[in-house]
Amino acid sequence: MPQLKIHVDPVKCQGHARCKALAPELFELDAYGNAHESGEGVVPPGLEDKAYLARANCPEFAIEVTEE
Amino acid sequence: MSEDASPLPQHPPVTDWINDFDHTDPKWTANPFPIWDEMRSTSPVVHTNRFLGCYMPTTYEAVRAIANDTEHFSSRRVLVRDERPEIKNNAAPPITSDPPVHKPAKQLLLPPFTPAAVAKLEPRMRAICNELIDEFINDGRCDAAARYTKHVPVRTIAHMLGIPEKDGDLFIKWIHAILELGIKNESALLQAVEEMTDYFSAEIEKRKTKPTDDLISYLMNAKLPNGAPLEDSHVTGSLRLLLIAGIDTTWSAIGASLWHLATTPDDCRRLVAEPSLLPIAIEELLRAYSPVTMAREVMKETVVSGCPVKPGNMVLLSFPTANRDPAVFPDADKVVLDRKENRHAAFGLGIHRCVGSNLARMEMTVAIEEWLKRIPEFRLDPDGEVTWSQGTVRGPRQLPMLF
Repeated sequence: MPQLKIHVDPVKCQGHARCKALAPELFELDAYGNAHESGEGVVPPGLEDKAYLARANCPEFAIEVTEE
Repeated sequence: MSEDASPLPQHPPVTDWINDFDHTDPKWTANPFPIWDEMRSTSPVVHTNRFLGCYMPTTYEAVRAIANDTEHFSSRRVLVRDERPEIKNNAAPPITSDPPVHKPAKQLLLPPFTPAAVAKLEPRMRAICNELIDEFINDGRCDAAARYTKHVPVRTIAHMLGIPEKDGDLFIKWIHAILELGIKNESALLQAVEEMTDYFSAEIEKRKTKPTDDLISYLMNAKLPNGAPLEDSHVTGSLRLLLIAGIDTTWSAIGASLWHLATTPDDCRRLVAEPSLLPIAIEELLRAYSPVTMAREVMKETVVSGCPVKPGNMVLLSFPTANRDPAVFPDADKVVLDRKENRHAAFGLGIHRCVGSNLARMEMTVAIEEWLKRIPEFRLDPDGEVTWSQGTVRGPRQLPMLF
């Protein structure tokens, strides 16, 4: 599988926190509950499905998944 | 102006849902889903001359477009009602705020409602649920709406605000007056708002001499971005909002979920057998039985999904209808407990995403989990009647169960 990277658009994110619930390894929440990707957004091997699952459940279409 | 003596003036029955819809019609209250399907298959936006003129988007796309368009649609009025009185300074920020006022008001409320913050309430929540179940489990029957689903959010929000749980009946009375009677009865709404304001003003005064570590003191000590403290009217407005938004809604969501499980034994057995499925199942129940419909006021002429929209009208912003759109949700009319892709809009979309969504999810999950642990088999009482609330928040208000 190719290396995946995720990014949360901070303007689109409204803090639904679905990504954090579905893929806690890949996302962090700030003090207001808004999400951002963990670290540099590199998806560790084995967590690819969770990255796509988080994207598919974001009500604001705020998550990008790209192949490096 | 003369007062109408009836607390709930009757609207003429609806015969044309496309050109004359009414979300207070008894048919809508009993079973809105076929009505929404009919509207959606006709047009992405429909209009009624009732309520002094009101649009309703019927597709996910149209609902999303309006929720994200704060230039043409204002939140200064968030209820579709018979009257449209002058805007007074009794608003409930941030739900009634537009940019740029909205963001600082919302940011004040967010930290106590993050997933990490609400997780701290979970042990008390579980205890509340079990205390309630203890009161009726030996009877073999109960009205789950009156004895369980209502009290879970009332006691939780009272716990958070630092006010007595025994005042819960007052809260329920005010919320009924505002969200249901208030659609057609201005004086009932105003009286409830005044009573709530007086109640919270007294709580604020108490804390001025004797600070506490609850949400009321948190708001009293909060600062706006310019360093200024909140005016008392801002604090009471926010408290009214938390009470109104935090009780009826969660009561409805828990009740509708139990109603579904009581009437769909296969789903109930599956959740009992696979409790780890519960968080995903809760999302699906939120989608299928979303309780909350919001509103906007059209400020400038625009076009939504090809339909012209004109100022002077309200918008009934039905997240529940968006969540039943088959263009976005395959088998939208079926509850699929393990639905994988679920961008449901039950907590709204855009900047007004429900502040309490993480709390509501936790309350729903714990309330259903504890019920299923204690009462894994239950059904509707065939001799009783299920009734649903009218208007803005939809959920069972009588839910007679046998177990």
